[in-house]
Amino acid sequence: MTAFFTVRNVFVAVLVVFLLALPVYTGLSGNSFLLTLFTRIIILAIAATSLNLIMGFGGMVSFGHAAYLGVGGYVVGILAYEGVSSGFLQWPLAIAISALFALIIGALSLRTRGVYFIMITLAFAQMIYYVGVSLNRYGADDGLTIQRRSQFAGLLDLSNRVVFYYVCLVLLLGTIYLVWRLINSRFGLVIRGARSNDRRMRSIGFPTFRYRLACFVIAGAMCGLAGALLANFTNFISPAMMHWTRSGDLIVMVVLGGMGSVFGPAIGAVALLVLEETLPLMIARLGYPLFGDLAVRAAEYWQIILGPLLLAVVLFARGGIYSLLPRGGRD
Amino acid sequence: MLLFIEQCLNGLQVGLLLFLLAAGLTLVFGIMDLVNLAHGSLYMLGAYFAATFAALTDSFLLGILLGLGATLVVGMAVEVVALRRLYGRDHLDHVLGTFGLILFFNELVRMIWGPAGMNLTLPSWLNRSIEILPGVPYSAYRFSIIVVALVVAFLLYVLVMRTRIGMLIRAGASNREMVGALGINIRLLYTLVFGLGAALAGLAGIMQAPILTAQIGMGENILILAFVVIIIGGIGSIRGALVASIFVGLVDTVGRAFLPDLLKLFLSPAAASTAGPALSSMLIYVLMAIVLVVRPEGLFPAARR
Repeated sequence: MTAFFTVRNVFVAVLVVFLLALPVYTGLSGNSFLLTLFTRIIILAIAATSLNLIMGFGGMVSFGHAAYLGVGGYVVGILAYEGVSSGFLQWPLAIAISALFALIIGALSLRTRGVYFIMITLAFAQMIYYVGVSLNRYGADDGLTIQRRSQFAGLLDLSNRVVFYYVCLVLLLGTIYLVWRLINSRFGLVIRGARSNDRRMRSIGFPTFRYRLACFVIAGAMCGLAGALLANFTNFISPAMMHWTRSGDLIVMVVLGGMGSVFGPAIGAVALLVLEETLPLMIARLGYPLFGDLAVRAAEYWQIILGPLLLAVVLFARGGIYSLLPRGGRD
Repeated sequence: MLLFIEQCLNGLQVGLLLFLLAAGLTLVFGIMDLVNLAHGSLYMLGAYFAATFAALTDSFLLGILLGLGATLVVGMAVEVVALRRLYGRDHLDHVLGTFGLILFFNELVRMIWGPAGMNLTLPSWLNRSIEILPGVPYSAYRFSIIVVALVVAFLLYVLVMRTRIGMLIRAGASNREMVGALGINIRLLYTLVFGLGAALAGLAGIMQAPILTAQIGMGENILILAFVVIIIGGIGSIRGALVASIFVGLVDTVGRAFLPDLLKLFLSPAAASTAGPALSSMLIYVLMAIVLVVRPEGLFPAARR
């Protein structure tokens, strides 16, 4: 029996309470930047959580996960452009079409293993990226502005920042809950079993390919939802949504937060994006007394710190932030 | 017909350039089992170094030589400082760690050379066209790329298959512990192999620099192509890399040049002009997907370890 009040649980609880309470604070202080930042963080956290399902629990390292962000986003954007702005239609379609893409990509890619799998998922994402680039009707390279956010028949007003924030947050918590239920179900046990020893799972009679494919499709569908949210959030779609570096970012979030833990990717998304926003400031503030103006100039090049930081996480903190928190209970 | 020959030569040139990049990548992968996304950064650094040294020394050839040397040194330094620690780890760790290195190098280049690109100007003896066949003029520079790359490919073959170092490299690829137990300094060998890969990437970047300018992020797009090449060719196989890179170069270049026209035969002009560019940029990825589905280990799988 592990204790309920472990450091990890308390940390996660504090994070959830913080996210729930954030609009109250930003409402009082009028700091809308913070609200915008965290809306983006939450949306990408959904994407990272979905990636974690296949990568962390299924051992399928997809280097093309941003493709579903793009597909989900483009479904919303294209429907909006063609005059269909009902969210009841847009969102389920975004999820369904992302799932369809994931089904096709997964059915072909899951035949391969290891680096080949990493690279074939990247190749499929690149294909979809180039489709986006060539959609002349929908802005091609430059992207497309979405005039109206998804409409929910007056039930939800997504143009209200706070409402939109809570919609995203609820969906994030729902996604995390779903992943948690999935990995603890019989289905999840098969997926995790196939990760550690695929041959053994097959020899005791599980058609692991089908299980893995189903898992891949679920993750794609979840990420498609994140894409639909992202398109609504930025009011804009462009191929940049599914650039391969975005896929890299998602992997970074998952690993930074803690691969194979349900809350890890969300923590990683918060950590990475907050770091991106604050690192320039930190360099300037902390470095100024020591290096003077040089620190201010260096702040502009904050990625030079972020890069080695990632390398350090890989080298020294393999399980990510989540594993750095004491487990509690037995130790 | 003239256009077709020219496009084929361009495809060959692009393919051979890709080969230089892919050869290093596949060597490093085949021998150290390391997925190095930062390989493209070395390609970029090569271009920047050569452009800088050429401007400083006022000599194109001296710039190239110094640029190559500098890339080699940087490559070996990166291996000693960072990548050495990644050997034997999960491929995901490699992807992540070297992704971090890409961010680092892009930012470093922006810091040192600024956000604008750099030009490497060709000397007049290369900046002209020559007649390679009677009545077929072709850019002297592109032709020299083909020649240089072929020579390098040959030297690489000799190095790996016919020299003692090459024997050690191949032995290290098949059984690392055994080579170490026989008294070979395997760490030094790995550093040398990585340096060799870095120099090849640098050479590719240097030769590309006069055609496109040296700019930040130039390594990333071609890196993905190089990965496509080594996946098609079979990871770890230099021969596979050569065949696949020429194949990819030809398919990509010729596809881009002629696919839109070809489509017009079947589709309406409007549809063809939309689908043409998309299809031709997707062509090599489609190709890779087909190869992987039919032969998941690539066309020339390296010998099993």
